[in-house]
Amino acid sequence: MVVVRRAALEIRREEDMVRVRRSVRQWADELGFGLVDQTKLVTAASELSRNALVHGGGGTVVFEALEDGPRRGLRLTFTDEGPGIPDVELALSDGYTTGSGLGFGLGGAKRLVNEVSIESRRGAGTRVVMTRWK
Amino acid sequence: MANGRLAQVLERHRAQLSSDWIREQTADGVLRDTRIDEAELRGQCDEFLALLVRATLEGGTNVSGPAFAPVRDMLERMARWRGERGFTPSQTALFVLSLKKPIFSRIRVDFEREPGALFQEIWRATELIDSLALLTTEAFQRGREAVIARQQAEMLELSTPVVKLWEGILALPLIGTLDSARTQTVMETLLQRVVETGSEIVIIDITGVPTVDTLVAQHLLKTVSAARLMGVECIISGVRPQIAQTIVHLGVALSDVITKANLADAFKLALSKRGMGIGARTGGV
Amino acid sequence: MDRIPILKMGAFLLVTIQVDMHDRLAMALQDDLSNKIVETGARGVLIDISSLEMVDSFIGRMIANIASVARVLDAETVVVGMRPAVAITLVELGLSLHGVRTALDVERGMELLETALADGPR
Repeated sequence: MVVVRRAALEIRREEDMVRVRRSVRQWADELGFGLVDQTKLVTAASELSRNALVHGGGGTVVFEALEDGPRRGLRLTFTDEGPGIPDVELALSDGYTTGSGLGFGLGGAKRLVNEVSIESRRGAGTRVVMTRWK
Repeated sequence: MANGRLAQVLERHRAQLSSDWIREQTADGVLRDTRIDEAELRGQCDEFLALLVRATLEGGTNVSGPAFAPVRDMLERMARWRGERGFTPSQTALFVLSLKKPIFSRIRVDFEREPGALFQEIWRATELIDSLALLTTEAFQRGREAVIARQQAEMLELSTPVVKLWEGILALPLIGTLDSARTQTVMETLLQRVVETGSEIVIIDITGVPTVDTLVAQHLLKTVSAARLMGVECIISGVRPQIAQTIVHLGVALSDVITKANLADAFKLALSKRGMGIGARTGGV
Repeated sequence: MDRIPILKMGAFLLVTIQVDMHDRLAMALQDDLSNKIVETGARGVLIDISSLEMVDSFIGRMIANIASVARVLDAETVVVGMRPAVAITLVELGLSLHGVRTALDVERGMELLETALADGPR
């Protein structure tokens, strides 16, 4: 598998979220994803940027266009230096937590992509990697 | 440079190589196959030889290097061309492999007095032709996969006919198995037509769907939910007793989904929702 | 900061969301709408999202909140014009927007509101 293109964006303010959504839309479009798949990617990215901003105190997202033989994919890696997710499994489940609202974003977002991996430790930040293949 | 000698052989004897090569392929029965005529074959051979000569002069025998890019492109095109016309992978590779014997003959003549160099050039030529033949096979494979993907897409499209039954009422008669990929396409096509026609009621008929397990039922319900988010009501018709059981099993609030045993009943219901009905003509004919 | 305009159409309020909304803007809309409903005594709210290319869980919850708040203020809400790709994604996301009425477009949304009001309280 090869990374054919790579870029990064900062997520420090709310306006950045809008920029991330637009970039994801553009990258997905250029990779040839259909409209529904594009929308799924943008929506998942929106959830994760919000997590990074609201719960992580700000972070970055790395865009990578992938090529695995004939397959093409988009991989997004969201990193923040926030307090971390205490229970990753719970966050990934469909549990809908009110107030902090952490659970909902991740649980739903994982259904919008093909692969998700989360690394998070209390006090050590969070790293979420999502990939969608065409 | 030792490498350059093979290139010289190719260049010096290009015309002879071309005719020998075509004879090799004809002898193998390729021409008897009406899928390619002699003029077309000659064109391909000449083009290939011209590109090969230039590539070997520039880049030796390094087939993955930049000097061989035109050769690789031509082989890619040629392999796809043959794949589309039903040639087998072997027949396609044979295009390149049958060039060996003609080249060896030329090398043997040119290097008659240098047995050491003779072996070396033959070996070099073998490596070159074998690598190119492998490239051809890979290109053939890619071409095939592209055809399959395209046919799959066309099949998906064909199997999702959305019919306008009446003003504001669409019908989607599903036939065959419903899997994730198909459901996605079905949903997209249906909802797109909903927007295009401004229809508020959709009848999904599943009489032609052989198995409805929990997965398929979930897919159906996703379609219904998506339609509802757009302000469109769905009626599912062709519901057999087993399917009814599956839906109940899923714990779905039945009041959410209207189901009818057959398309006719569903259509009647849809009409009444739009304030219409079907009645017998009164009065004389 | 720009605020999303709210139009008065007879007894109803019409909101057309055209921009790629960020969270603050969404919260401001919620506030503005609640105030406007009380101010005008509106009995219905139409939210036109036909320009939205994406609705995530935050925007979805905002819409559901607006509907709930409106109901407490004795007004019905209808969301119109959701795009197919957005609808499909929301379903996958698991957001059902229960309790929020929907319609294909503004015209049908208004018909729905008029019927709902004529029918009396739910």
